[in-house]
Amino acid sequence: MKVTVTVMLKDGVLDPQGKAIGHALAGLGFAGIGEVRAGKVIELDLAETDPTRARAAAETMARKLLANTVIERFDIAVGGA
Amino acid sequence: MRVGIVVFPGINRERDMAIALERAAGHAPRMIWHRETDLAGLDLVVIPGGFSFGDYLRCGAMAAQSPVMTAVRAHATRGGYVLGVCNGFQILTEAGMLPGALLRNAGLRFLSRDCHLRVERADTVFTRHYQQGEVFRAPMAHGDGNYFADEATLDRLEGEGLVAFRYATPAGELTPEANPNGSARAIAGLYSPNLRVLGLMPHPENLVDPLLGGEDGKPLFASLAEAFAA
Repeated sequence: MKVTVTVMLKDGVLDPQGKAIGHALAGLGFAGIGEVRAGKVIELDLAETDPTRARAAAETMARKLLANTVIERFDIAVGGA
Repeated sequence: MRVGIVVFPGINRERDMAIALERAAGHAPRMIWHRETDLAGLDLVVIPGGFSFGDYLRCGAMAAQSPVMTAVRAHATRGGYVLGVCNGFQILTEAGMLPGALLRNAGLRFLSRDCHLRVERADTVFTRHYQQGEVFRAPMAHGDGNYFADEATLDRLEGEGLVAFRYATPAGELTPEANPNGSARAIAGLYSPNLRVLGLMPHPENLVDPLLGGEDGKPLFASLAEAFAA
């Protein structure tokens, strides 16, 4: 089953990449842009078919490798075939 | 001095490090491939700079999970000495052996230039050939060297005297201009609580020969050679 892990820098951790994207969008003439934050999306195709266990497995993977919890937070979405 | 240099795929400063260590110690260090796990008999394990595993996911994230790092952690737990430079520092933080993390440089650019480091303490195995407060020049070459830790961790590091080096002006002042990657409290290098693990972003190993423009990095290697001259 498909599990999507979204990794973002924690609030309060400076995201210069997000800032640069915001500046570039403003430069293109897009108005009203507040804070821009950039992150990563990691899609996992797991053999596990139980959503609860799939989420638990992805959470362990996120804590161990996919995210650095000193600076990043993560969200897990379970779904799809 | 019995030294091993850990080599991961994508590491590229291991030979510079080997030259600096060999000149100081008089013999060549052992090169350790990342799948090896036997570090027996080594005084010092060095994790050099480069781009291990292509910096995939996060700088040092993949290398921190490799078999040799379990052995490096055990070596440190036994009281062994560890030096991590640049990517090596990133790997040590990813492996949880030093606190905090190294973020993208505040200015977003990869910085390849010289910087000046202020020696915060000269009573460790790594720095006894420097003076406290002395400033030395070191090349830097990184895109992710912006040291980050939460305020409580930063306060603890300062309180326990674990800051090894800070980015400073040649006169030793801390200014925003002298801290090119935006590191918290201008931290360029850190010790573990037992002062046996040192991680730093700049490259003292790249300034050990007048032909390369100076010998500012030499005292670090001389300190180590003297400490382990047995």
